[in-house]
Amino acid sequence: MSSDDYVTHADLGGQLGHGSIKLESGFEPWHAAWEPRVFALQLAMGAAGVWNLDMTRSARETLPDYLQRSYYEIWFGALLKQLEERGLVSADELAAGRSLRPPIPVPRIVRARDVPTLQAHGAPTERSATKAPLFAVGRHVRTICGPIPHHTRLPGYAQGKTAVIERLHGMHVFADANANGHGEQPQWLYTVVFRGTDLWPDAEGGLTVSIDAWEPYLEAA
Amino acid sequence: MSGPDDRVRSIDAGHLSEIGEMDLRVRALESVLVEKGYVDPAALDELIDTYETRIGPRNGARVVARAWIDAKYRDWLLSDATAAIAWLGYTGRQSEHMIAVENTPQRHNLVVCTLCSCYPWAVLGLPPAWYKSAQYRSRAVRDPRDVLTEFGVTLPPDTDIRVWDSTAEVRYLVVPIRPEGSEDLGEEELATLVTRDSMIGTGLPVSPEALDA
Repeated sequence: MSSDDYVTHADLGGQLGHGSIKLESGFEPWHAAWEPRVFALQLAMGAAGVWNLDMTRSARETLPDYLQRSYYEIWFGALLKQLEERGLVSADELAAGRSLRPPIPVPRIVRARDVPTLQAHGAPTERSATKAPLFAVGRHVRTICGPIPHHTRLPGYAQGKTAVIERLHGMHVFADANANGHGEQPQWLYTVVFRGTDLWPDAEGGLTVSIDAWEPYLEAA
Repeated sequence: MSGPDDRVRSIDAGHLSEIGEMDLRVRALESVLVEKGYVDPAALDELIDTYETRIGPRNGARVVARAWIDAKYRDWLLSDATAAIAWLGYTGRQSEHMIAVENTPQRHNLVVCTLCSCYPWAVLGLPPAWYKSAQYRSRAVRDPRDVLTEFGVTLPPDTDIRVWDSTAEVRYLVVPIRPEGSEDLGEEELATLVTRDSMIGTGLPVSPEALDA
């Protein structure tokens, strides 16, 4: 899924023109009857072991009409894309609403009895440290500069900026590699802090913004 | 169970709304996935029930209330949130690596995920629609004080704002400032003051007087 023309539509931090926030009271998680079905289908297929969460995020952010879709329409579009890309479901089957071909074996089928354990354990991404971190708390760093032609978790607004290391989180599955099917390739993960005025020309004085950045996003400053 | 014929009838009647089409498409996909044996319908129902009835912001409120009454727990929460939260029984998906950040008169914390919708499910449940919206995601990192104003929160001008963009698998829980007048309240009552938004940073806890009113 890596290519020179990789385009994410999800990198929204700092974009202007999106308007005011639509508040809502209450805790109703769904806004249409189909939304919980998509939510559950995504979680069940995500746990089937065919793809990982980073691949799913990549499938979502590259939907061409990402910004026109509602949240669970994004989930549905990405789920369908991933199922079709792997030959698990085809367009004619979706149109017919029934299976037209034998299933392809998947590593795991989630049963109702698995759900409590699945939920309670989640999917931790920390891995055993295999090397020393390059940076210590308090160190000044600079984030790398794009364009980054694949899924990444380094937001555009935070690229090519100076920051300070605030915290080390251990070595974590590296989203950029994992999304591209290159394996987990764990890297040191840091919370790095930017001064707002280093990010935005119009930032207020005391603002600070942090991201969680894997070591390959960082250079000594 | 709607089939293709229902859909044609809907189109003919001119009643095929966008939501109606999604209903049909999702139903069709679920049918195919179940028929192929990739998903178990009982597991789907269990997943939905879990997030509708068992996991939500009351979990996080209990964590905050505990931190307010128990200084040792507060210190543990701020130094090892994953363990401290698990001790109260809350663990799991989208909360595997937790950090708790404490509001003070000097600093107000605000959590966002500019790249998608990362959110600490085990303590706050599923995120509200605004948290996932382009409006919030674009503006929270750039103009948080204006964002807070839209939520009805006005901070003292000398309170600095720290925005946490959840770009990896670390999830953030804001520990709001304990409201004045809550000194005599017990843990259970304190938890009722802790709103979902106060644990994201877009709100403040309810004052005890407002609760009585």
